[in-house]
Order: sequence, then C-alpha cells, then structure tokens
Amino acid sequence: MMSLSLGHFLAVGAILFALSVVGIFLNRKNLIVLLMAIELMLLAVNMNFVAFSHYLGDMHGQVFVFFILTVAAAESAIGLAILVLLFRNKASISVEELNTLKG
Amino acid sequence: MDYQTGFFYLFSAVLLFAAYRVVTARNPVHAVLYLMLSFSQAAALWLLLKAEFLGLTLVLVYLGAVMVLFLFVVMMLDIKLDGDRWGFWQNFPLAAALGAVVAAEIIAVLWVGFPRLTGVPEVAAAATEVSNTKALGQLLYTEYLYPVEVAAVILLVAMIAAIALTLRQRKDSKAINPGEQVRVRAADRLVVLPLAATQKAAPAADKAEEGKA
Repeated sequence: MMSLSLGHFLAVGAILFALSVVGIFLNRKNLIVLLMAIELMLLAVNMNFVAFSHYLGDMHGQVFVFFILTVAAAESAIGLAILVLLFRNKASISVEELNTLKG
Repeated sequence: MDYQTGFFYLFSAVLLFAAYRVVTARNPVHAVLYLMLSFSQAAALWLLLKAEFLGLTLVLVYLGAVMVLFLFVVMMLDIKLDGDRWGFWQNFPLAAALGAVVAAEIIAVLWVGFPRLTGVPEVAAAATEVSNTKALGQLLYTEYLYPVEVAAVILLVAMIAAIALTLRQRKDSKAINPGEQVRVRAADRLVVLPLAATQKAAPAADKAEEGKA
C-alpha cells in the first residue's frame, strides 16, 4: 500500500464532483437538493485547493478556500431566501413549475 | 500503511458514501443530515492535510451555520415527498455510468498530470514553523487585506438581501402602534358634522323613475 500522495486527494475531489453532477441531473426537479449538490461541488473544489496547497507548500491555496467559503455561505443564504420566497408564492419548489418567464 | 493512510481511506469512504446518499435520499431532511456528515468528513480530511484552520472553519461555519439554515428551510417548507421523483431510478444507471466516466477522466488527467507528490517541499517545511492559523492570518491581513474587506462587504450584502427578500408584513396582524395611540387627539376620533336640524325629504316619484331608467 503506497503512502498518501496528492493524487489520492485529487481522486476524492474528482469522485465527489462527479457524484454531485449526477445528483444535479437526477434531482433536477427538487430545487433544495440542487442547492445541496452545488454545495458538494464547492466542497470538491475546495478539497483540490487544500490538497494542492499542502503538497506544493503554498499557503495561497488555503486563502482562496477561505474566500470560496465566504462566497458559498453568502450564496446559500440568498439561495435559501429565494427558495422561501418561491415556496410562499407558488406553494411548491418544483423546478418544473418555474415557467412564468416562458414565452 | 501508516495510520494517516488508514484514516484517509476511512474518511474518504464515509465522505463519498454520505455524498452518494445526499443525492439519492428520498427525504430532504435525510439529505441535509448526510450533507452534514460529508462536510464533517471533509473537515477531517483537511486536518490530515494540516489545514487546521480551514477544517475548523468548515465545521463551525458550515456545520454550525449553513447546514442549520438548510435544515431550518427544509423543515419549514413542508415538501411533499411523493410525485417529485418520477423516473429517478429509471435514469439512475445512465447517470451513474456518466458520472463514473466523468470521475475516471478527471482522475486520469490529474493522476498523470501531477506526479506522485508525497512529501511536503523543503521550502514549505521550513516555512511551517508557525501554526497554520498564524500563517493564514499573516497572509490574510497583509497581502489579502483588500479581498478580506471585499468578502466582508459580500457577507453584509448577503445578509441584507436575505432579510429584505424574506421580510414581509403580516396581513392578518392586529398589532397596535403605541406611538400613534398616545399621540391621538379627540379631534382625530370624533368629528361633529354640521347638519341641519330638519331636511327636506326627496321626492319619492322621481327616485322611482330613476331606478327604472
């Protein structure tokens, strides 16, 4: 069994990213699961950043993860607020009913 | 196999299983709980990578705040479980195959593109005399001072936007305004209209004709 390398962490990130892509395809009707899959994608990207930062000995990658976490928190807060508003107006969060702008 | 490798496989296995359950769970509440599990495992992986500050931040900010927000919204929304998942398991094999292809391609590229880095470079090992938190803070408050301020503004804007989006005045609220109550004068409540003591009765015949027309 080989010792840990950068590739191990990158592989975990890649599998996580692919899983969340599959989740977006499968749950495309449920808006809240879509938001969760996006959070998982951001986690996969952050995993890559942290792994590179450790194995290349560069702290700037971790600083970048810090900012990604900030923006992701803001994004999920606004996304959930929009979701609540949507549920209040339509009594449903199904993506299929969001066709008001359709011509 | 040293213990770090063992922990890596343990945390990765739980992380990937939890992520799989997030996208396949039928109940959104279960999905959020599995998402919390996956974030905690990711934080543990980051601790293995000696990124303590980010690992702890992930636990505090994500598990402590964002996931609770998710859970709160999911429980508040009263989502119907049935009817939303038509064709889920029919599409699953194709989606899983495509996901496997995507993952395999990314892994192949990364595995070949980045040679087997196992150790920390000499320069970095010398630089990590201080703790991870201190090193990160030194970078954040010198080189990245301006981006930190921008991030603070982004958080403020997000907070104001979330409040402004969801704030609403209740229509059925019967609350009183004490200020207006105290300030009220007798003239606001009671108006004496100057009415004549006697009034002429309107001609009844004309009215009946107007009603017909």
